Amino acid sequence: MSVVKRVSMIFKAKANRALDKMEDPRETLDYSYQRQLEMLTQVRRGVADVATSRKRVELQMNTLQQQQAKLDGQARTALGAGREDLAREALTRKSALQTQLGDLQTQYQSLQADEEKLTAASQRLQSKVEAFRTQKETIKATYTAAEAQTRIGEAVSGISEEMGDVGMAVQRAQDKTAQMQARAGAIDELMASGALDDVTAQPNDDIQRELDSMGASHDVDRELARLKGELDQGEAPREIEGSASGAGGTTGNGQAGRAADQPQAGEGS
Amino acid sequence: MIVRILGEGQLEVPDSAAGELNELDGALETAVERDDEEAFRPALTALLAKVREVGSPTEAGDLRPSELIIPQPDATMAEVRKLLTDEGLIPG
Repeated sequence: MSVVKRVSMIFKAKANRALDKMEDPRETLDYSYQRQLEMLTQVRRGVADVATSRKRVELQMNTLQQQQAKLDGQARTALGAGREDLAREALTRKSALQTQLGDLQTQYQSLQADEEKLTAASQRLQSKVEAFRTQKETIKATYTAAEAQTRIGEAVSGISEEMGDVGMAVQRAQDKTAQMQARAGAIDELMASGALDDVTAQPNDDIQRELDSMGASHDVDRELARLKGELDQGEAPREIEGSASGAGGTTGNGQAGRAADQPQAGEGS
Repeated sequence: MIVRILGEGQLEVPDSAAGELNELDGALETAVERDDEEAFRPALTALLAKVREVGSPTEAGDLRPSELIIPQPDATMAEVRKLLTDEGLIPG
């Protein structure tokens, strides 16, 4: 028999079994309504779970992106200092992070799609539950048990089908979320262990350490140059002052002031 | 008639489309019977595409059950098989 008809029959069989349990079919209405409310709670919880997972993946993505930016900056500094080997190392680590980031991006999109689907499913079920509640009261008020049977059967099997569908969607989302959480947990652990090239977040960041020490020796060189400059210029103004004493002290003082400013301005750049 | 796409909701499909849908469903059935993974995906995709083409969504509070229920687009053959058994995927 056809696939789609068989699936539909299985759904109906499940609904009928619920109906058969009750002696008075009208009791089925209340029983089914209770189940509907439970299912609504379940699907909303499902939406929240998927959202939590999505946010966790988002945080991990942000962390990896920050690390990439840092490695990029380090590569730039290293290259500027003529250390191509260090720049290469930083860029190699950056590209290793890119693989992880790509994987996280795929997960993120998948979770986002699941979240949208479940939200839509929750809204569909909500509309049907509201319609069912109205119909339930009408049926209970208007019909005897015998008369009500057909109408109840229709209403209950329609909404049972919706609940079966939503229930499966929640189950699928939960299974997927559980898998992704396991992977997210693994990435967190890798990050914590430093094995995921997370050297930038560690105090023993070797690239940074080398850049820092390079920076430190640069600072010393620059300091030396500044001192030498001061010494040279310190002698020069005295000569100017000495030779130009007759021309007036104000001009000489002004020149000495400007000369003293120059190394400081150079230091900032 | 009303057709449900699992995970997406119900569509009202004109009865005139029944012939075409039966044919596409037949291809899906053959694929599942023969355990033919290569034929399964295109068959499911074609069936879903047809239903979406000719169908329009039912009203939000419509409580009518569906005549046909089609597995979700990313369903695996194993999932479809489970749907076809009574202890399958459907909760409750």
